[in-house]
Amino acid sequence: MGMTITEKILAAHSGRDSVVPGEIVNAKLDLIVCHDVTTPPAVAMLKKLGINKVHDPKKILVTPDHFVPNKDIKSAELSKQLREWRIEQGIERYYEIGNHGICHAIAPEQGHVLPGQTIVCGDSHTTTMGALGTFSSGVGSTDLAAALATGELWFKVPESMLFELNGDLPFGVYSKDIILYIISKIGVDGARYRAMEYRGSGLKSLTMEARFTITNMAIEAGGKSGIMPADEIAEDYVKARTKEPYTIYGSDEDANYSEKFTINLSELEPIVALPDLPSNGRFIGEIERTKMDQVYIGSCTNGRIEDLRIAAQIFKGNKVADGTRAIVVPATTEVWKMAMKEGLLEIFADAGCVVSTATCGACLGGHMGVLGAEEKCLSTTNRNFVGRMGSPKSKVYLASPATAAATAITGTITDPREFLK
Amino acid sequence: MPELPTNLKGFAHVYERAHINTDEIIPARYLNVHEEAELAKYAMEDIDVDFVKRVKPGDFVIAGDNFGCGSSREHAIWALRGAGIKVVVAKSYSRIFFRNAINNGFLAIEADFCDNVKNGDEVELDLTAGKFRNLTTGKEASFVPVSDFARELIEDGGLLPHIQKKAAKAA
Repeated sequence: MGMTITEKILAAHSGRDSVVPGEIVNAKLDLIVCHDVTTPPAVAMLKKLGINKVHDPKKILVTPDHFVPNKDIKSAELSKQLREWRIEQGIERYYEIGNHGICHAIAPEQGHVLPGQTIVCGDSHTTTMGALGTFSSGVGSTDLAAALATGELWFKVPESMLFELNGDLPFGVYSKDIILYIISKIGVDGARYRAMEYRGSGLKSLTMEARFTITNMAIEAGGKSGIMPADEIAEDYVKARTKEPYTIYGSDEDANYSEKFTINLSELEPIVALPDLPSNGRFIGEIERTKMDQVYIGSCTNGRIEDLRIAAQIFKGNKVADGTRAIVVPATTEVWKMAMKEGLLEIFADAGCVVSTATCGACLGGHMGVLGAEEKCLSTTNRNFVGRMGSPKSKVYLASPATAAATAITGTITDPREFLK
Repeated sequence: MPELPTNLKGFAHVYERAHINTDEIIPARYLNVHEEAELAKYAMEDIDVDFVKRVKPGDFVIAGDNFGCGSSREHAIWALRGAGIKVVVAKSYSRIFFRNAINNGFLAIEADFCDNVKNGDEVELDLTAGKFRNLTTGKEASFVPVSDFARELIEDGGLLPHIQKKAAKAA
């Protein structure tokens, strides 16, 4: 029996020739990503146990991203603990405010993610980095502490689901629509414990940035990871950023999948996931033009430069509607700088958007755009659970950056194709 | 080696809706701290504001499908444990929540029991017999046995003590 890419990566990192789903392996880790919310508790656990040295500082990347620039005294303490710890441990890959970014965006952008790697981070959207052909999964703080101390971690080898993407996306439809469509079909627990593997001719038409949006949301279907075999597009992306060597793994023809799906991209339309589940996706033609109090464009899901370009294309020459607020949050400092050089920030400002520095911000109801009771927000983020962006009485709608920009201009949920003609 | 407790008794707090996520268990606005006692004050706030007033040490949370989905925040486990919850019994779990539970040596039992229990019923978990009982009504159910690997972690007190024990053995 052949192996999937996920099985091959886990086998190679645990000193095994082969593994099968359900087995528990101890896998060596290539990259451990740390941020300001889940890392300080992990550091505290290690200190309490008298473990004063991390296993390998070279395999660790640190960036504060959740509550930065710090929103209050307590969050400032978390960032301070993170900063002091990385100095004490001699961790060189550190991105301080001014060079920082949302961890899942900055790690690949700065060339730290290579095909074939195993990656963990104390954050559920760690699945993002699987788009470069890595096994990348979110963990809690105890796992993070164990990973930092030993350089390895236990994993139950997941079953894999195969998603074959065929055809090309129609005009005005984006990779966010693909993943919202998939989650609407399989549900928020449709991929529970499993790896969501993608392949097919449709993948070839998607840039790396578009692909990250798809793997980012594996967790919204309950997935352990999202993964795409590294192809020429992935290699070009990596080689533009680093000279480090890497190994490319691919699934065997006779690999075993617990389920297979085929999706014809040409049949998709812009999708909006209605409150309060990411699986509530509907084609935009099927839903009411509900009024939005706020539009949010950003996050590890859709805060990369291509996302901002699409939004700016729609905002150009238009204004945010009366009664609606629009917030644009570049995912990293580098994205912010590119947006500035390309004139995108000016377009956003002229349209009446607020442009923030990189932060997880209001995506998780942290700061910089938190919602009040009864407020509605259309957001390019990843989950719309009860209270996710603020008051438990607020409502969040998920969509692509194009749909978000069009909605900001009219003030009600709007098909972006009305502006892209 | 400390054995798992064989019998645990407590009062039930029932949340039968599927997909109760970690943002509801501990909202992100409280993630600027990670002390268990502090997090405990806000446990379940976005789904049940009265939970912290009712909960007593040793109580159980009884839940539906995919409990603990969403964010990987281990703060969800700490908030529940800090509030006094000894065991969660859910029809199914999100994988990160379940992993966080066993890594903390916290009991997350898989059983479909929502229909057999009401808020405030006294319940008992009998790990030896593999039974979960509603002492108020007399109803009982079997649960999915804890895997050997998870049992070992829980018995060792969680992942970090487990790793230390393994390292000590190897030395």
